[in-house]
Amino acid sequence: MISALDRKLLRDLRRIWAQSVAIALVMACGVAMLIISFGTLQNLTQTRDAYYERNRFAELFASATRVPYDLLAEIAAIDGVAQAEARIVDYVVLDMPEMVEPGMGRIVSLPEDGEPVLNVPLLRLGQLPDPTSVDEVAVSEPFANAHGLRPGDSFRAIVNGQARDLLVSGIALSPEYIYTIGPATLLPDNRRFGIFWMSHHSAASGFDLDGAFNDLTLRLTPGADPAPVIAAVDELLDPYGGTGTSDRDSQMSHAFLKQELEQLQALAWIMPPIFFVVSAFLVNMVLGRLIALERQQIGLMKAVGYSTFEIAVHYLKLAALVGVMGVVLGWGAGMWVADGMTELYGEFFQFPYLVSSPSTAAFAISGVLAMATVLAGAFRAVQGTVRLRPAVAMSPPAPPKFTQGLVDRVGRGLRLRQTTMMILRSITRWPGRAAVTLFGVAASVAVLVGSFFFFDAVEVMKDEMFSLSNRQQMTLTLTREQTLQAVDDARHLPGVLTVEGGYAVPVRLSHGSRQSLQSLQARSNGTELVRLLNRDRQPVAMPSRGLVLPELLALELDAQEGDLIAVEFFTGHRETHIVPVASVVQQTLGEAAYMRDEALHALLRQAPRVNQLNLLIDEAQLPALYAQIKETPGISGVALWREVRQRFDEQLNENLFTSVLIYATLGVLITVGVVYNAARIQLSERAYELASLRVLGFSRGEVSYVLVGEIMFLTVIGLPVGWLAGYGFAALSAEGLSSELVNIPLVVSTSTYGWATVLVFVSALVSVLIVRRRLDRVDLASALKQKD
Amino acid sequence: MAQSIFRTEGVTKVYGSGPAAVHALRGVDLALNEGELVVMLGASGSGKSTLLNILGALDTPTAGRVFFRDRELTKLSDAALTAFRRDHVGFVFQFYNLVPSLTARENVALVTEIAKNPMRPEEALERAGLPHRMDHFPAELSGGEQQRVAIARAIAKRPDVLLCDEPTGALDSKTGVTVLEALVAINDELGTATALITHNVGIQKIAHRVVILADGRVSEVIENDNRIAPAEVTW
Repeated sequence: MISALDRKLLRDLRRIWAQSVAIALVMACGVAMLIISFGTLQNLTQTRDAYYERNRFAELFASATRVPYDLLAEIAAIDGVAQAEARIVDYVVLDMPEMVEPGMGRIVSLPEDGEPVLNVPLLRLGQLPDPTSVDEVAVSEPFANAHGLRPGDSFRAIVNGQARDLLVSGIALSPEYIYTIGPATLLPDNRRFGIFWMSHHSAASGFDLDGAFNDLTLRLTPGADPAPVIAAVDELLDPYGGTGTSDRDSQMSHAFLKQELEQLQALAWIMPPIFFVVSAFLVNMVLGRLIALERQQIGLMKAVGYSTFEIAVHYLKLAALVGVMGVVLGWGAGMWVADGMTELYGEFFQFPYLVSSPSTAAFAISGVLAMATVLAGAFRAVQGTVRLRPAVAMSPPAPPKFTQGLVDRVGRGLRLRQTTMMILRSITRWPGRAAVTLFGVAASVAVLVGSFFFFDAVEVMKDEMFSLSNRQQMTLTLTREQTLQAVDDARHLPGVLTVEGGYAVPVRLSHGSRQSLQSLQARSNGTELVRLLNRDRQPVAMPSRGLVLPELLALELDAQEGDLIAVEFFTGHRETHIVPVASVVQQTLGEAAYMRDEALHALLRQAPRVNQLNLLIDEAQLPALYAQIKETPGISGVALWREVRQRFDEQLNENLFTSVLIYATLGVLITVGVVYNAARIQLSERAYELASLRVLGFSRGEVSYVLVGEIMFLTVIGLPVGWLAGYGFAALSAEGLSSELVNIPLVVSTSTYGWATVLVFVSALVSVLIVRRRLDRVDLASALKQKD
Repeated sequence: MAQSIFRTEGVTKVYGSGPAAVHALRGVDLALNEGELVVMLGASGSGKSTLLNILGALDTPTAGRVFFRDRELTKLSDAALTAFRRDHVGFVFQFYNLVPSLTARENVALVTEIAKNPMRPEEALERAGLPHRMDHFPAELSGGEQQRVAIARAIAKRPDVLLCDEPTGALDSKTGVTVLEALVAINDELGTATALITHNVGIQKIAHRVVILADGRVSEVIENDNRIAPAEVTW
């Protein structure tokens, strides 16, 4: 049997349903964001871990020039190594029938017996190449899909300068290539880059590595310390051109996935708190008003024998119901979006399956947080009134006390109209309530600025990547380093207008106990195409000696300008040199270290060399150039910057609309929740006063001005506060989302501020106008009869 | 014959419908003259407030016609009725209906700012008998003082007619007298036609005419030949 008090509760809730829904929606946003972040995080982590485990993803990775096969047994015998697998890994240029431009492939050899023990490819179709076969390959699924390849199909590749027809034996995925990008590109491009598993003997003959390998992957025994293993492997590989052993964190696919997961986690803690705090304020505001209206009823309830506690619980229950509504809505929306997000990630990353299980912790945490904030807001509202003695509660509250102060002097000085004075006095009389409205508007703007800022950051990064740093149209990767003659030769390729050579070598940088495996790139001062930029986006003048480090790398090495860094070269004479840090530059993408070309070559005691060519080309002659590249044995890779950019834009635009819509909805919901409630409360408190104005002959518009004016005045003040807070959020997000791979620039454009402002202003105006319509329905005669 | 400022023809007002319908007015024919002070008497539920609200364009009749001078109010739009209230009518209510966030002077200024030919707020307050305490907020004033602010606000626009609904209803007799004195003085000095609702029979003696309502109809109209001053009214 439902008690009378509970029946009152349900009726109260029905009476304030619109306000309750507005609060529940704001709350639901916070809850949903937690569920989405943690849910997606859990789904992806579980999927990744299961995939790694089932397909035995290696833990250490090393490459070298040419290692005799016999060394493998020695490596496998190192203390702490559970499994070791030797492979041949190299790049090939692809000549796909439907592509004018050359594609690129990474050949990965399988063990001699054809049964990999580490990084086991997961067959999707067909089979792995027969160990005795020649030119049979299993193709990575995304590449196969992009080209419609099926087992039995064949395509042409330039393997080590020789054109060969490769036959597709199967389609596969691998935990090693959940995220794949080709050399000298920045994004996955499944059409132009693929992974090809080949039999050991076919790869060995193709790359002249009979009886040898150039790539090694290891799995450690449980609990083994990787450091001594890495040292031992490095020592063994050193005579064979080893370029240093690294753990999973330096493995591209793993590092990228890890970055994505860390970003998800960072985001989970930035936005949701705003929504929780705003809903607590809203509950406080709405319940506070309800209790004020029911003050006499509370007195009556106390007079007939209800305890303070029972009455407090009655109102807290009402808040709890609103909270439950928000939590349920948030859970539902969160689960729905989290599944969608996981699927999106599943498409972006190459997972063969998705392990999706709801995160109990996320549900528990979001539920508890939501209920706690709602009840905290409610408690403050309930506290004051329910403690009143019955006789006091039953008599009407003392009228609000107004005093004259600065605002009044200013108002008189400015000869403000009395209706304007009413607005100003209401704000100064109830500063707390005005602050909630202002805070809500500011929070809204902040959420929008903090979200839309991503688009600004991406624009800046794009500009830096494609217009300022990399101005070449094409980058050719050379099979091996060559003299400057290669630059001259390239000038004679069809359609080539400008050529600049590039040179990069693998190194290990050490500073104190910190180490990092990096690529050290040569830069000269006169280059036009590939440029290194400073904070002001001006080309950096390369110092005559010393290293130029990007900020992120300097941080990783704990190095500053003037510090000495040990540079261990994995090429040439394989010497270690002590080199000072000449300068630290801010760079958005990548962690490579830089050095003036002359200085680098002098250090390596060699004549100037190149292993990369950057080109400006006459696009009309592209087909001829492509044809030539496919026939040139010295070229192992081609990157087309226009295509990279196009791909980048495509990926960005694919989800642009959805993300803008989601962010905008989140931001606008706060405004709607706060403004709608504030206006309803204003109207409820002032119905009598506003009806009096109508009686005195004020038009609807003039009376509406008092209601709309106050809210919009607060909105306008809240906007700049929101700009500041939004910049703060952007800074937090930039910090949280920056990783070793990418340094998110903190830039907020005027148009971001502009859009946030327009969205919030319009939604505030619409919300208050919806409430304003109730003014038209006020019955003047009866409004004047009842006091309050 | 005196010129009439308000004229009603068969004014009827029904609230609700069906068996729950309440007939507040059942065909009222009445004329109020320029410059006269009329007291409307009647028991609770006799329809006097409804009639006053209809005269002041706060409410519309279910049937019948209302004329203000030659204009038929019952034909006017909502905007025109707002303008009518703004330009011609001053209201005084039992509960004063002051804006709590405005001082006495500002409450009057609220009206003078939108009126066509207003007096200064100070003058209105003086006429209403409240030359002091102009910068006090309503909460700082007594009931009588608040009602005098309401009267000042009503007369500040120099209205053609003053409609007062139980202006002394919430006041003690002594304070009530001062409020009535203010109303009579304004009627005398400015010639503002005044209709005053009360259930206090004693007050009728200050009027030129007394209209008695019963059960939604005008039951009697009495010409008062021996008006007395408010101070002489016995409560």
